[in-house]
Amino acid sequence: MTERLIIAGSGGQGIMLLGKVLAEAALLSNKFVTWLPAYGPEVRGGAAHCMVIISDDEIGSPYIDQADTLIIMNQLSLAKFINRRKDNGLMIINSSLAESGKLAKAITGKFTDIAIGLGNIKVANMAALGMYLAHKKIISLKNIEKAMRKMAPKDKPELLKVNLEALKKGMEI
Amino acid sequence: MDSEKRQKESRVKLLITGNEAIAESAIQAGCRFYAGYPITPQNELTAYMAHHMQDRGGVFIQAEAETAAINMVYGASAAGARAMTSSSSPGISLKQEGISYLAGAELPSVIVNIMRGGPGLGNIAPAQSDYFQATRSGGHGDYHCLVLAPSTVQECYDLTALAFELSDKYRVPAIILGDGMLGQMMEPIVVTKFRAPSLKQSNKPWALTGCKDRKANVVKSFYLKEGDLEKFNLKLQSKYQKIQREEERWEELFLNDVKIVLVAYGSMARIAKGAVKALREKGKKVGLIRPISLWPFPKKAFAKIRKQYLVIEMSYGQMLEDVQLAVNGQAGIEFLGRSGGGVPSEAEIIAKVNKIYHG
Amino acid sequence: MDKIYAHPKSLRDVSTHYCPGCGHGLAHRLITEVVDELGIREKVIGVAPVGCAVVAYEYWDFDCSEAAHGRALAVATGIKRVRPENIVFTYQGDGDLAAIGTNETIHAANRGENLSVFFINNAVYGMTGGQMAPTTLLNQKTSTTPDGRCAQLQGFPLKISEMLALLPGVKYIERVSLHSPQEIIKTKKAMKKALINQMEGIGFSLVEILSPCPTYWGLSPKPALDWIKNTMVKEFPLGVIK
Repeated sequence: MTERLIIAGSGGQGIMLLGKVLAEAALLSNKFVTWLPAYGPEVRGGAAHCMVIISDDEIGSPYIDQADTLIIMNQLSLAKFINRRKDNGLMIINSSLAESGKLAKAITGKFTDIAIGLGNIKVANMAALGMYLAHKKIISLKNIEKAMRKMAPKDKPELLKVNLEALKKGMEI
Repeated sequence: MDSEKRQKESRVKLLITGNEAIAESAIQAGCRFYAGYPITPQNELTAYMAHHMQDRGGVFIQAEAETAAINMVYGASAAGARAMTSSSSPGISLKQEGISYLAGAELPSVIVNIMRGGPGLGNIAPAQSDYFQATRSGGHGDYHCLVLAPSTVQECYDLTALAFELSDKYRVPAIILGDGMLGQMMEPIVVTKFRAPSLKQSNKPWALTGCKDRKANVVKSFYLKEGDLEKFNLKLQSKYQKIQREEERWEELFLNDVKIVLVAYGSMARIAKGAVKALREKGKKVGLIRPISLWPFPKKAFAKIRKQYLVIEMSYGQMLEDVQLAVNGQAGIEFLGRSGGGVPSEAEIIAKVNKIYHG
Repeated sequence: MDKIYAHPKSLRDVSTHYCPGCGHGLAHRLITEVVDELGIREKVIGVAPVGCAVVAYEYWDFDCSEAAHGRALAVATGIKRVRPENIVFTYQGDGDLAAIGTNETIHAANRGENLSVFFINNAVYGMTGGQMAPTTLLNQKTSTTPDGRCAQLQGFPLKISEMLALLPGVKYIERVSLHSPQEIIKTKKAMKKALINQMEGIGFSLVEILSPCPTYWGLSPKPALDWIKNTMVKEFPLGVIK
């Protein structure tokens, strides 16, 4: 099993963090994993994406040309990565910020709206992760939650709570 | 509890970037002085040192320039401490003055180059175009640095500690040569506790500590008297010959029954390895030599195999020259290289191999 | 009978390579006298420059490091941060400290490194053959200003001590001279103060020493001292700057 994911959006959307949670959970699942970031020259608001590979075998290149899964968080990223999906690849699109039209095998969720509904726009990434978990059974919910607990700042328990809620909402879509 | 079990239990698995793995390894290996200057794509390393050095008994300085950083390392090393600096290509060019002096004064030190595209300001994409600079004396004079090239985040961790060991052992500067991809990617690593000598325990009778109960020590690279510099240079050369004999390091894959041998190091070797495995699945007799020490270049790895070679680099053919020297006309050598942001992909490698295979 | 004069223990019993009338030998000796008097020979680490004083460690009998041209204060920073219990000083000329090493100088001072700096200002590059230094006076002839230093083309003499005095990290700066016995006594006192400051953890101290270079001033030793007294101190006034 090798799962290659590209997660793309804009700086500030928690793109890198989404990838890191997945990678940490993969580590907890005793998988081989790589996480490779890419930023634009802007620190906030620019394009951002990361590449995560989860595998049962040693991983060669951490760079992904054709992805098994694309998680797209805004319109610009959709345009940029639309051709980087394998033929049978999964595409998850944040329809709050991206108009996907009639794309084959694309599933959508209003992740940003969900996050706003939960009172924290920053947790849209976790809603997207939830939807991914519901559709691909590579990493267990248990290990994702464990990874989130491990990575969450200890002095802000409410932050972990709202992230977990977003994750659940994403799974329920 | 037997030692193996204890060792296992003291092991921790961490998910960190290559840059952070280098920094953590350095601290554990007893690095007590770090000076750096901001440059992408190695900033995580400097930041890690800023966060952790002081708490763990070391010194962190954000220097005013790369020249200052490397010369601070010179001072710290002269005072007997394990010392390190890190940068990326343009910054490493600035450090060359100091590296030449470190070599000339026989001061141990570790210099990390997380390579990016060049020449000039280039870009911040990963590259391997500083191979010549690292393996030939990058600054002035007849000298070498020991150069180690990690290929995984685990190796970033393992080879950094080794670089400190070897640098102390031979009193030569050691370079960790990585690239932006390896520096910024995260991978799980197994953390081992290294035994680091403290400043007081370290066996460096030449170090500057104040001349209590001994003759005064001088750390220098200046030999003005006729014949002295030549004598010193010959001493350096015999040291380099010993390093060449004893410190060649490489990894081999599928060399027993092979028709084409791929040669790649660092991040490039990961991609080449992927290609080798894919080609083997298709029944193609392809193997890999991955140099781990770039200087000394692992010539021994090439001595016994007279097959077709394919050298792959994120440059336009720098390590290629070392392979040519090692093979010495006894086998064919093909080359595949991109640089300036382009990275030869698995598909490109496979296509090239197929072309050679059937051509 | 009391012994009132002796060869300093910190000064090796060898002859130096300096030209007749050069100030370096005197400055070297003053440093060793002060080191002996403070009883710190076994704790001192000197950093020698590139320039005429490049082999100062052949004359000083205590631990020393060479530094690349201009980098003495970066090297000293590395040593002192690793071994704060040692007493670390740099000895640098005007080209080393105020031209090629200006960056290292300003930033070591600005970090307030607890170091002592002995800065020899002789308004010329000696070792390389008498070229213009950052401190060369206007109209002063050197091998690279054959018609004299011209402000429009080569700028003005750089007053690095006054510049450094602006920095909060700097605790003590004094400009002294070697042109007369009285001034030499003051020089020794200033050197001592710079080292005591470090021993007491007070911080960055610099002594600028106006020093004769008869060879490249085209003068014999006595007129060279007079030139400091009558001309050089007008551009570089003596006294405590900070």
